[in-house]
Amino acid sequence: MNKHFFADTTVLLGRTMRHVTRSPDTIITVAIMPIAMMLLFRYVFGGAIETGLGPGQYVNYMLPGIVLITVATGVTYTALRLFTDKKTGIFGRFLSLPIARASVLWAHVLTSVVSTLISVIVVVLVALLMGFRSGAGVLAWLAVAGITILFTLALTWIAVIAGLSAQTAEGGGAFSYPLVFLPFISSAFVATETMPGPVRAFAEHQPMTPIINSIRNLFAQEPVGNNIWAALAWCLAILVVSYSFAMVTYRKTVA
Amino acid sequence: MTMPTTSEPAIRVRGLEKSYRIPKQEPLHVLRGVDFEVSRGTIFALLGSNGAGKTTVVNIMSTLLKADAGAVTVNGFDVVTQAAQVRESISLTGQFAAVDEILTGRENLVLAARLRHLKEAGKIADKLLERFQLIEAAGRRVATYSGGMRRRLDIAMSLTGNPPAIFLDEPTTGLDPQSRIEVWRAVKEIAQLGTTVLLTTQYLEEAEQLADRIAILHQGRIIADGTLDDLKQLFPPAKVEYVEKQPTLEEIFLAIVGDGRTGSSVRAER
Repeated sequence: MNKHFFADTTVLLGRTMRHVTRSPDTIITVAIMPIAMMLLFRYVFGGAIETGLGPGQYVNYMLPGIVLITVATGVTYTALRLFTDKKTGIFGRFLSLPIARASVLWAHVLTSVVSTLISVIVVVLVALLMGFRSGAGVLAWLAVAGITILFTLALTWIAVIAGLSAQTAEGGGAFSYPLVFLPFISSAFVATETMPGPVRAFAEHQPMTPIINSIRNLFAQEPVGNNIWAALAWCLAILVVSYSFAMVTYRKTVA
Repeated sequence: MTMPTTSEPAIRVRGLEKSYRIPKQEPLHVLRGVDFEVSRGTIFALLGSNGAGKTTVVNIMSTLLKADAGAVTVNGFDVVTQAAQVRESISLTGQFAAVDEILTGRENLVLAARLRHLKEAGKIADKLLERFQLIEAAGRRVATYSGGMRRRLDIAMSLTGNPPAIFLDEPTTGLDPQSRIEVWRAVKEIAQLGTTVLLTTQYLEEAEQLADRIAILHQGRIIADGTLDDLKQLFPPAKVEYVEKQPTLEEIFLAIVGDGRTGSSVRAER
């Protein structure tokens, strides 16, 4: 590893974090859609959905899915920031400097994790206002944070591929639509048992479901069972595959 | 590490070839064997029309792009096998002012200095702000800068750490006449301090104004290479004709707006 890696990453992280703090609207934009969905599901559809929980507890049920949707929306901005850097030539400027080249990507990746987590915190605070309650202890909350960070990292590397290979800004953001949509065909809003056969089979075997179930169990202070292993396996698999493809794309981009 | 290692030219380009593969089409041969040399401390202009491959040459020299064939050494270092040393030796000012719009002018310079691992990045930034008449705008976000100010900041960023060679890719494209004169002045200053300057341009006048040596890149090859006088001798001797000298529109424009003299941040030339 290049001896300047940590110093360069710190400098570049400072730059991209300034982008986030100086246009906090990105944090809000990321949080608004999931919050709107929460309102919709809590006050419009919620009454019609059987969760087996008490009345008004639906917000507890759907929050894990809402968190994943927030992450999927948040990483879109990483792809956009990366695309903008590539397009404006600032990428070329950095790469022609005597820096550790990997730090250019890592600064974006770390910014993605930090800014997405801030959006997630905003969403959780709104959920608290809407009646979300959890008796989870510190360890359970740390576990939830850990899974969320791992999931964000995994999706961020997908965003890196999109941002590096995009030809237009719209194209750079398009990758996130399926990611935002995927929680709808999972255990995020309704129990998978209520779905017809093939849909149920898909819902129960896609990555979102074990991640959502794990977080839900942690919040409810229930045993996480095998969900947590499936969740970790999915996150790590997505992370490794997307990281590898991102590196291939990066090498193609920077010669 | 950035000191000249030998007395050889600052930049040596030999037999450079590059094609771009385009799906379902014939590959585009942008460079078909480009050769040139740039002596230390001189200004070298690579002249060519749009699409001639000037940016491709600059990107290969800046270690951003790999050539298909040929060799490039910068400051004695090979761009492929000694890329890290090449990056220590150069600064690239790309075709579009590569400045961070969300940061202030000063923050951009501090960023550039810290990425070159220089101590006292703040002091270096302040000196460059003064030299490029950007002190008043230093604390403003670059998004509010004019095209000329961006370009000056862009060039200032390239000068952090005083690299021995600087590449300017079409430094004045899209600038108004006053800004162009400001950039020209900056380029002349850089060269006077001993830095080797390679610039690409599509403006004949720019090459004429600035360059010690001019090479014309056309259809993937250097078709002419020499001083302005050398190039003039390639053509039939000048005929003497008497023509009434009409002012050009540019001269009129500069006369009316005051040749930059009225601008608070611009010094008069001549």
